[in-house]
Amino acid sequence: MSAPKRLGRLERPALMGVLVREIINFASFWRSSTFSATVEPTVYLLAFGFGFGSLVSTVGGYDYVEYVGTGTVATAVLFSSAFPAMFGTFVKYKFQRTYDAILAAPVDTEELVTAEVLWLSVRAGTYGCAPMLVAIVFGLDPSWGMLLVPFIAMIAGFGWACFGTTISAIVNSIDNFNYITSAVLTPLFLVAGTFFPIDGLPQWAQVIAQINPLYHLVELVRHAVFGFEPGADLIHLGVLVFFALLMWRLAIHFMEKRLIA
Amino acid sequence: MPALRLRGVVKRFGNLTAVDHLDLEVPEGTCVGLLGPNGAGKSTTMRLLTAQAIPDEGEIEILGLPLPQRSKEARALCGVVPQLDNLDVTLTVEENLRVFAYLYRVPRNDRKAAVERALQIANLTDRADTKVDKLSGGMRRRLLIARGLVHQPQLILLDEPTVGLDPQVRQELWALIDRLRSEGVSILMSTHYIEEAERLADTVTIMSHGQAVATGTPRDLITEHAGHEAVEVYGPPAKLHEVEQEAKAAGYATRRTGTSISILNANGYEGERRPTNLEDVFVLLTGEEIA
Repeated sequence: MSAPKRLGRLERPALMGVLVREIINFASFWRSSTFSATVEPTVYLLAFGFGFGSLVSTVGGYDYVEYVGTGTVATAVLFSSAFPAMFGTFVKYKFQRTYDAILAAPVDTEELVTAEVLWLSVRAGTYGCAPMLVAIVFGLDPSWGMLLVPFIAMIAGFGWACFGTTISAIVNSIDNFNYITSAVLTPLFLVAGTFFPIDGLPQWAQVIAQINPLYHLVELVRHAVFGFEPGADLIHLGVLVFFALLMWRLAIHFMEKRLIA
Repeated sequence: MPALRLRGVVKRFGNLTAVDHLDLEVPEGTCVGLLGPNGAGKSTTMRLLTAQAIPDEGEIEILGLPLPQRSKEARALCGVVPQLDNLDVTLTVEENLRVFAYLYRVPRNDRKAAVERALQIANLTDRADTKVDKLSGGMRRRLLIARGLVHQPQLILLDEPTVGLDPQVRQELWALIDRLRSEGVSILMSTHYIEEAERLADTVTIMSHGQAVATGTPRDLITEHAGHEAVEVYGPPAKLHEVEQEAKAAGYATRRTGTSISILNANGYEGERRPTNLEDVFVLLTGEEIA
């Protein structure tokens, strides 16, 4: 028998195998996730757009519906990446033991994690556009820059999916997700400039917003839709890429600790 | 070259030594049974072989490939059937097999044929489009085994393949495993069912507290440790205790069966005789108390 070829890291066949599993699985539940991904931002848009919109007509120079319609792209990205990553990963390694089966195949933890978050980031890139499309129905003018929104959403989705994976690798019980949701995700979601500008917030909250990837996502999406500000937007993009890379390595590190004894 | 070789393998979890200087070998084309009570280290051993656990000491080689360095290549050549069912229950039988054809890198042009063949092995061709959560327990287990065979592995790792199944289903799986062995596939099978090891394994390694306490063919192990015949004594607990003490004092090995005392290697001992079996050896070597 000839010696089998030495296999490397992050191989395409391994990533493909994990992705194929996700895609086949997705075919059985895409209706429900697409429903919640589109209905949720619509509800936000209606509630805030028309609720607040009747009190304030413009925010930061935008119609309020336009402001919220672009801001909730970040919400949709967060909801379709961080949450499925937290719950989905936990269920797959703890309850369904799917990861046991995958790691017994020629797939390493690095490949497993990377393929899983790649898939979630594609979903986040797609679902992230839903609020913007809904906002178009309610009066947001289409623009060429909107074509970049899926890619921006994908980069941010990658980072948040890695964040969710990291959390699920660290916690010992599914109940502990409550701490992360209440203490980390909800505050970040509120100080991101989604529903109101951060300039009105106290100084400390503005500082938090500056290190909040969601804030940079909101800003970058708004600028893509309404017009770029090159200097500021390079920083926004840089933060999103840095967040994605940092979280990616952390997710792999903590999943290895969790899965390999 | 053996299909699998472990030399002095140690795996500790904190203060617990789950695998304690284990030597184990699966010669090519044979079925080796890893027999031991719960907690003996069988499942940890299985996880060491897929590099889901990394040994603290010792050497592991699968098909000549050292672990964990070349574990990925080794995993590509192994089929793994886990103890706990981890099929994708919302997918169909065919989809489960197809996913693993991708994970095990079956070339694109062979994928369809590989899935068909696995369906035949599992005898589930008619059920290809059935969702897994609609299958019976036996069908699910057959699918779990077939999933591990989709890429025609050279070595199969079976972790408790028939645990919790009806006798009829177990027989069916035994026939399947026996057929694989007759086709020349090397098999390592962990089990705590003695009959399973006796029927399927060419050689058996009995594990206790992480160590291999005996290795040999079932027949040799029985002869060596329990002799040819045992004497079975029935009676109330007090009587059994008395008989046990007497036999031990006279230098006989004994084992409890729950309702009786067996005096092993019973040449010269008076009483109702029966042939010795692997269970006698198992209890003798792994202890009568439940850990």
